[in-house]
Amino acid sequence: METLVAHQSSKNTKPPLLSMVGITKSFPGVVANDSINLDIYASEIHALLGENGAGKSTLVKILYGFYRSDKGSIVMNGNEIQIRTPSDARQAKIGLVFQDFSLIPTFTVAENIALFLTNLKAILNLHSIENQIIEISKRYTLDVDPHKLVSQLSLGEQQKVEILKLLLSNARILILDEPTRVLAPHEVNALFMVLENLKHDGYAVILITHKLQEVTGFADRVTVLRKGKVSGTLIRSELSEEKLIQLMFAKKLISPIRQQLLRPASEKFPVMELRSIETHGEGSSIHLKGIDLDIFPGEIVGVAGVSGNGQKELGEVVLGMERCAHGEKLLFGKDATHWSIGKVRKNRVAYIPENPLQMAVTGWLPVVQNMALTRTWLYARWWGFRLDLNKMLNDARRAFERLGFEVPLLFVPAMSLSGGTLQRMTIARELSFDPRLVIASYLTRGLDVQSTLAAHKALLDTREAGAGILLISEDLEELFSLSDRLIVCFEGQIVGRFKPEETNPIEVGHLMTGSKVAYGSTD
Amino acid sequence: MAQQTDIVPRKTIVQRWIESTIARYFYMIVLSFLLFGLLLLFIGKDPIQSYRDIFTSTLGSPYGFSEVIVSMTPVLLTGLAVALPSKIMLINVGAEGQLYIGAAFATWGALTFQALPAWQLIPIMMLLGLLGGALWAFIPAYLKSIGLVNETITSLLLNSVAPKIIGFLVFGFWHSAMDTNKTARFVQAARLPTFFGTRVNLGLIFGLVLLIAFWLFMKYSRWGLEMRAIGGNAQAARRNGIPLKTYILVVFCTGGAIAGLAGMVQASGYYGLMLTNFSVGWGFMGFLISWLVGGDPIGIIVMSFIVSLIYSGGNLLQITSGVPYSIINILLALTLFVVLARPSFAKGRK
Repeated sequence: METLVAHQSSKNTKPPLLSMVGITKSFPGVVANDSINLDIYASEIHALLGENGAGKSTLVKILYGFYRSDKGSIVMNGNEIQIRTPSDARQAKIGLVFQDFSLIPTFTVAENIALFLTNLKAILNLHSIENQIIEISKRYTLDVDPHKLVSQLSLGEQQKVEILKLLLSNARILILDEPTRVLAPHEVNALFMVLENLKHDGYAVILITHKLQEVTGFADRVTVLRKGKVSGTLIRSELSEEKLIQLMFAKKLISPIRQQLLRPASEKFPVMELRSIETHGEGSSIHLKGIDLDIFPGEIVGVAGVSGNGQKELGEVVLGMERCAHGEKLLFGKDATHWSIGKVRKNRVAYIPENPLQMAVTGWLPVVQNMALTRTWLYARWWGFRLDLNKMLNDARRAFERLGFEVPLLFVPAMSLSGGTLQRMTIARELSFDPRLVIASYLTRGLDVQSTLAAHKALLDTREAGAGILLISEDLEELFSLSDRLIVCFEGQIVGRFKPEETNPIEVGHLMTGSKVAYGSTD
Repeated sequence: MAQQTDIVPRKTIVQRWIESTIARYFYMIVLSFLLFGLLLLFIGKDPIQSYRDIFTSTLGSPYGFSEVIVSMTPVLLTGLAVALPSKIMLINVGAEGQLYIGAAFATWGALTFQALPAWQLIPIMMLLGLLGGALWAFIPAYLKSIGLVNETITSLLLNSVAPKIIGFLVFGFWHSAMDTNKTARFVQAARLPTFFGTRVNLGLIFGLVLLIAFWLFMKYSRWGLEMRAIGGNAQAARRNGIPLKTYILVVFCTGGAIAGLAGMVQASGYYGLMLTNFSVGWGFMGFLISWLVGGDPIGIIVMSFIVSLIYSGGNLLQITSGVPYSIINILLALTLFVVLARPSFAKGRK
């Protein structure tokens, strides 16, 4: 596989328009970019491919001046340049279209674009701007009426305005951060037509995506990132979905560390059953459609999927945070469709969310109180008017110790803990009350190697004790080594059901990225 | 060893909090009085003499002091009525309306059960006051708990409805033979006892006891912990199985009930009768004070004392030195302004 890496220098004769050399950026607990090299050429569409958290967005934010890299340099036309702020980036003719647009809804298209231009005169000449808009939009088939209010435009049209904005401000390098996320299928093709035209006129386009079809269909050059590192760069003639998936996800399989089930799962009643569940999430959140899923005691069901394809909603439906619009949910054999979260929790359902600081703890409360939060009645004395602090402390310590985690300071606010410690705290808390059902999202995010092993062991112990576990992750290695069964989520649906030994990461990767919809062995 | 490392930071946090609180209030008071002194100089009055008048008229005599206490009594309760819901991030702007409805319920009790002895009638009136305030608060609380309307706006709008209902009741049914806009004096059994021959009534004790109970409740009780969790991160609290809707309903209605009790205290203890438009903004003053001190019970006591002192002193100042009474509103506004500017001291001192 290593031969896939670094082909481009030999095959390309012209010098790059822009090079990022040895870019390293770390955040507390994680190295987001690890000595990344990236060459951008004029007249090319360059795709940055990778899972969520692979470091694509960080890299682009460094290029656009939102972050400053710890190490590394940016070279443009052979000269090193400093990009400290977005306005430096614009000076260097780099433009970025955000995932969430930055337009003012009550302004017209022309006013929005005028606002963005740096050489704006004291007295606005909107007329000339409108003419420029019309001229450029004709050339690139970016038809937008400059007099229209932005609030009247569809998301696709708003994206055109964002692109026009960059073109009018003379950007030569256009960065698009997951541009197709907001578009309907026919709009996607139109967008890529525009990008093709721009490419022929000498623009360089950087396309951030995790959808394979876009890459194989339109990109001239692909850089694949995995865990903050460049795992390979391919040019168009070398592209294949196969190779990309191999670069995106782990290459080798770790042999399963779990033992076989003591008894076949089907002999017992499932701890959780979902019957054709549908949700109507608010806003842009994904809707679940026709979810059928059973989890049996002593079983880990892994959920694979690129973030934002309904895994979070799946966990939240089980917990009761998200309402079922349709279908029914059974917990431990009882109809729990309309149970309150409190009741679900009292039935020993543990929830380890993807973002502990937002979803699991109250940041400024001390660690010990956060540890007691899910089960305050255990510590109530004097009919609830007093809490037994000593018991809280002892239980908190024991919860950490039994998983082999280091006990953190218990009287500091939870938000002062590092990401990894906070994750350990959540795991310790949730597994401390011998749960019967565990929903674990991104269990090992932010954990070091030792804690990851401890967390995996804790999860397997919980499984041995007879709990059913829903393990949501993007880490295929983790899923393949821990899961008894594996399902794949794509756009709110379950598109694949496997036993880990019957499939391989390539097939799962295909399904995760929607490159084809197929059903594996169902059970 | 582990025990020690755990406990040391807690102590220093408490100490730091006490120090910063004292420094904060000291600076706030000094600064607002300095600013007001400049204003007095500007209009040609002697600020030193004026301050002497304010303080001797209020703190210098038992009577003056008792009047300060009298005017701070309802504000203690309405301040708490706002502070309690604020702990779970609910904004109760409706203390004024809840106070009116509570007073109306209590008045009904006073007029209906006149024959009862005080030891039965007073508790009945208190319960009715609590109930009235709670019912009035239930409307915004329920609408909030089902996720329909924000409680801030509904509770605020209900403030202008409540006095109309009281007007309807008093004009229509309850007015005495002599007046159209007020009831007859309550029987003695319906009056809250007063202390030491002053106008200070039992309501002060209600206020102080409830504030202390509130402080203990938030700090030590199981529900206080859950409320702090909701206040810090409602979504996480929900995921942890804390019943958010129940808390919204119960806490907001309890806040309303306390404001209703303030209404009962004013009708029974202060006026001894019910009249239309009987509140001089006690509900709003409680809101202001509670948010200024961040819902802190000690802060509510200190701040309502200061505000009441300024008000009472202003009355005297008008008589002794011919300063227009409205200028006292300027001093009050300056005080509130300085308190709002508090974060800049706090940050500067850290």
